[in-house]
Amino acid sequence: MSTPRPPGELAPALPLALVFLAAFVLPLVALVAISLFRTPAFAELSPAQYLRFLGDPFSLRVLADTVMLGLEVALCALVLAYPLALVYVASGPLIRTGLIFLILLPLLTSTVVRTFAWIVILGRDGIVNSAMLSLGLWDSPARLLYSWGGLVLALTQIQLPLMALPLINSLLRLDGNLARAAEGLGAGRVRAFVTVILPLTLPGAIAGLLLVFAAAATAFITQTLIGGGRIILMPSYIYQQSMGVQDWPFAAALSLIFTAAVIGIVAAIGALSRRLTRGLDAA
Amino acid sequence: MLSSATTRVAETRTEARGCALMLQGVGHSFGATVALESIDLAVARGELIALLGPSGCGKTTLLQIIAGFLQPSRGAVSFDGVRIDRTPANRRRIGMVFQNYALFPHLTVAENVAYGLRARKSPGAMVKQRVAEMLARVQMTSFGDRFPRQLSGGQQQRVALARALAIDPVLVLLDEPFSALDKNLRLDMQIEIKSLLKSCGVTSIMVTHDQEEALSMADRIVVLNKGRIEQIDTPDALYDAPASLFVNGFIGHANFLKGRTSAQPGTIALDAGCALALSGTEPPPAHRDVMVSIRPENLALVSDAQPRSIAVTIRVVMPLGAFSVIDCVTASGEAIKVSQSRAAWSGRPGDAAWLVIQDISKVHVFEATTASPSIARA
Ligand SMILES: Nc1ncnc2c1ncn2[C@@H]1O[C@H](COP(=O)(O)OP(=O)(O)OP(=O)(O)O)[C@@H](O)[C@H]1O
Ligand SMILES: [Mg+2]
Repeated sequence: MSTPRPPGELAPALPLALVFLAAFVLPLVALVAISLFRTPAFAELSPAQYLRFLGDPFSLRVLADTVMLGLEVALCALVLAYPLALVYVASGPLIRTGLIFLILLPLLTSTVVRTFAWIVILGRDGIVNSAMLSLGLWDSPARLLYSWGGLVLALTQIQLPLMALPLINSLLRLDGNLARAAEGLGAGRVRAFVTVILPLTLPGAIAGLLLVFAAAATAFITQTLIGGGRIILMPSYIYQQSMGVQDWPFAAALSLIFTAAVIGIVAAIGALSRRLTRGLDAA
Repeated sequence: MLSSATTRVAETRTEARGCALMLQGVGHSFGATVALESIDLAVARGELIALLGPSGCGKTTLLQIIAGFLQPSRGAVSFDGVRIDRTPANRRRIGMVFQNYALFPHLTVAENVAYGLRARKSPGAMVKQRVAEMLARVQMTSFGDRFPRQLSGGQQQRVALARALAIDPVLVLLDEPFSALDKNLRLDMQIEIKSLLKSCGVTSIMVTHDQEEALSMADRIVVLNKGRIEQIDTPDALYDAPASLFVNGFIGHANFLKGRTSAQPGTIALDAGCALALSGTEPPPAHRDVMVSIRPENLALVSDAQPRSIAVTIRVVMPLGAFSVIDCVTASGEAIKVSQSRAAWSGRPGDAAWLVIQDISKVHVFEATTASPSIARA
């Protein structure tokens, strides 16, 4: 793959490379450096911050919760987006236009706006509670906001386009005759989906899972607003340690551990998908 | 169901095992587009039918209706006298070979062939045996573990056929089965598939827009045009007795010459300057503009004028192996092709020559003014 290129050919990439270096690589190096100090006053180099994290059940719990949140949201989005994508590809051009508009709409509005919409819906005096109370189905308002379920629900809706778009893309690229072939050979709808459509659109599903996982695990604003102060997750934990407690070395270590965890999970899902889709890229 | 069917394979290999297919008034519209008008067709058990027609005439639509992937807007489809147009595709036991083969890319060749058997919940041992049997029949035994994309076009087609035949179908449908193959391979596969289908004795319908393919493969050919059936007949009958100008032009090569019937019944004055005396029993009415069709091999090129010959000038001489095709132009400016043995006199470009009709009974006359298929055979 590494054919030597004339140096001039890469010149147009130079500005981007400089920005990348200044805005990403240098801060990362700084972060690593900061995380290696033992005290908030930047005294004495040592891996103490990492040991502190590993020895602290609370910190480990926060990391586990955050990863779980990302996975739960990704799976919920997958389950919701598949039917949506199937309906999309089965529809005519008019309905498709309408659907794609609805799917893209969340991407066109700010995260803050979308999150506040969920606060309006889930709040103590929100739409759900007032509807259920006035219908007499609930005796007292349920706590939907500041709850784990509410957070998963809101994040799923907010990140749904990241799942729906790659899924729709891979369903559209799927040869319609494959589903017909399965059906003609005697497979019912469910069997044809499980044995043909699902495995062949797995790359799209995996791409969606990765995007939604990474986006949900790191969604600082939504996590903070919907979770309130009650649910502590890595992004807000890092914010609290840095801006609140001013323990920069620990915050830096938390950031790096969190980044490594997210990358690790993404790599694991990717490796799993390569094993599952062995035939697709077998040359 | 399958077990009894499989044993039957072993017992009687050549007996016709397919079903009889009947289409009555089948029509389909996509919104305002009428893809099929009203198709009536009866196919006997074990017959191999070709649906032939130009692009967009509704061949694929008709195949999809028979397969059950498309619900017809009108009409009835029945297998062995039982209406099945409300039966879902997965209950019809039809083996379909798609134009692009539609092999499952994530499954191996053996898994592809086994798919229909597994979907029918056949026991594992039987699936294995049947897959081996089918792969052997299409000579792909050593390819069972490969993935479809590791196969050539002809090999993929064999696997697609094995997959379709594995479920012991009552009907096999092939959509443009040879269009993705190169010309040399095409003839081999045509022979192979025809003999395979015939040895299975299964009723088969293949779609094609290649008339040679239809002529060489099918027992009977259904010529479709603009969603209507123009003619249903054996290859020989279609070639020798086309029912319409369209069929005449579509099957084989034909020269069309303008002319006009004379007062005397059965005689035609060609614009090219020759009078034809037809031998047919139903001569076209007098004083009509007509189109006369003469096949290139029904003409012979001679160097001297003879009675009832057409004067032409030679334009191009093309030696094509066993035959040569000579392109000529008449005095009226109409192009006319002759196909004859290479040994015969063929002149040189620019030479004057005369064309003699070999067999006047194989000349067909169609009324020129009416667009509809018709009319008289010479
Ligand atoms: N899904 C569809 N929606 C609207 N019109 C369609 C659809 N499918 C086919 N048609 C129209 O119906 C007519 C018949 O199409 P069909 O695909 O059956 O033709 P065909 O004979 O198979 O042609 P080809 O040889 O090009 O494959 C065409 O005019 C086509 O434009
Ligand atoms: Mg077609």
